Amino acid sequence: MSNDFILVLVVITALAFDFTNGFHDTGNAMATSIATGALPPKVAVGLSGVLNLVGAFLSLSVAATIASGLVNTKVITLTVVFAGLAGGILWNLTTWFLGIPSSSSHALIGGVIGSTLAAVGEHGVKWHGLVQKVIIPALLSPIIALCIAAIGTYLVYRLTQGINGKTRTHGFRIGQIGSASMVSLAHGTNDAQKTMGIITLALISNHTVASNAKAPFWVILSCALAISLGTYIGGWRVIRTLGKGLVEIDAPQGMAAESSSAAVILLSSHFGYSLSTTHVATGSILGSGVGKKGAEVRWSVAGRMATAWVITLPAAGAVGALTYYAAHGIGGSVGVLIMFLVVTAGGVAFYWQSRKTAVTSKNVNDEWAGTVSPPSTKTPVAV
Amino acid sequence: MNSWINLSALWRIIVVGLLAGAGLPAIFAFGLRALASGSGAAAVGTDQDRVVGGSRTGMTIAALCFAVVLAGIGYGIYFIVKAS
Repeated sequence: MSNDFILVLVVITALAFDFTNGFHDTGNAMATSIATGALPPKVAVGLSGVLNLVGAFLSLSVAATIASGLVNTKVITLTVVFAGLAGGILWNLTTWFLGIPSSSSHALIGGVIGSTLAAVGEHGVKWHGLVQKVIIPALLSPIIALCIAAIGTYLVYRLTQGINGKTRTHGFRIGQIGSASMVSLAHGTNDAQKTMGIITLALISNHTVASNAKAPFWVILSCALAISLGTYIGGWRVIRTLGKGLVEIDAPQGMAAESSSAAVILLSSHFGYSLSTTHVATGSILGSGVGKKGAEVRWSVAGRMATAWVITLPAAGAVGALTYYAAHGIGGSVGVLIMFLVVTAGGVAFYWQSRKTAVTSKNVNDEWAGTVSPPSTKTPVAV
Repeated sequence: MNSWINLSALWRIIVVGLLAGAGLPAIFAFGLRALASGSGAAAVGTDQDRVVGGSRTGMTIAALCFAVVLAGIGYGIYFIVKAS
C-alpha cells in the first residue's frame, strides 16, 4: 500500500516537472515571434500551448528510451525516480528565476543520474550512453543550429534586398509564425515524451505495468496537458532573454532562426538523440544575429548561458543526489512525503521571489538594459 | 562511424538540416520577392503599402515557391507522425 502512495507522489512530481518544462521552454519556439511583434505575447503562448498538446499525441516512439538508455532500469526504485525529478524541478526553477534558457532535458537527465549514483553508485549509470546520446549532441547541436540559421538569415536578407517594405514585414511575419509553430509541435513531440517515459519507468518499477509496456493513455493525456498548460503560462523571463537579450531580432531573422531550430530538432530526434530544444533554439537565434550584417550579438549573455548549460547536468545531479539521501535517510514513504513538501515549499518560494521583479506579457518586450527584469517593473509600460 | 559519434547521422543532420532549415526560408524569401515584383517598388520603394506586386509571372513563381515551402512543412509533420 505504501508503495502506491509513493507512486502517486512520483506521478504528481513528474507532472509538475512537465509543467516547468513547458513554461521554461515556451521561449524556444515563441521568443522571436513575440520580440518582432509577429504575434501578441498572449496569442503566441496560447498557440504554442495548443501545438505542444497536439505534438504530445502525434508521436510516441521514444517514450521510454530516455531513461533506459542512460541508467540501468533494473536498479531504479520509486525513490530514485522521485529524487531525480526533484533535482530537475529545482534546477529548472532556479534557471527560470535567473532568466537563463537552460535545458529542461538536461535538468531531468542530470537529476535522474544524480539520484541513481546516490542510490546504487557508479554501475547504475550507462556512461557511454550518456556521452554518446547526451553530451556530444549537446556540444554539437547549438553549433550546427547556429551555422544553419546564419546561412538562412544571410540568404533571406540577400534575396529580399530592396523589395517593398510591406511585403517584406508582412510576409516574414507569416513565415515566422509558421516556423515557430513547427518548433512548438516538435517540442511537444520531444519533451512531453520525456516525462511520459519517466512516469512509465515509475509504473514499471512498481510493477503496476509490465516491463515492456507502453505508456498508458492516462499518462499520455496528463503529460500532454501539463506541458501545454505550462507553455501557456509562459516563462516570460526566459522569453525575454531569448527574444531581447541575445540579439535584436527582425522578422526575417526570426523566421530563419525558427526554421533552423525546427529542422535540427526534428532530424536529431529522428536519429534518437535526446537533445535539448533550448540549446538548439539559442544556437539558432545567435546564428540569426551572425548572419545579418551589422546586427549586434551580445556574446556576454550567450557566454552566461553556456556556463549555465555546463553546470546544468552536475547541478541537477547534485540536487537529485541530495534529495535521494534525505528521502532515503528518513526512510519509506514518510521520507518521500517530507521531500515532496520541501520541493513544493521551494517552488512556492521561487514564485514569491519572482513576483518582486515580475516579467509578464506586458513588459516582456521592454528595451534590454542588461538584466532579465526590466528596470520599469514598478510601473509596467503598456506594450 | 565510431562508438562515440554516429558520423553518418551527423552528416545527414547537417545536410538535410541545411536544405530544410536554410533552404526553405530562402525559397520563401525568393517567393516574397517574386510576389512583390512588378509594383516598381523593387527599385525605389514607391508603393510601400502594396503587398502584391501585380506581375502575373511574379505571382506564379511566388505561388510555386510557397507551395514548395508548404510541401516541406507537410513532409516535416509526416516525418513526426511516421516515427510512431
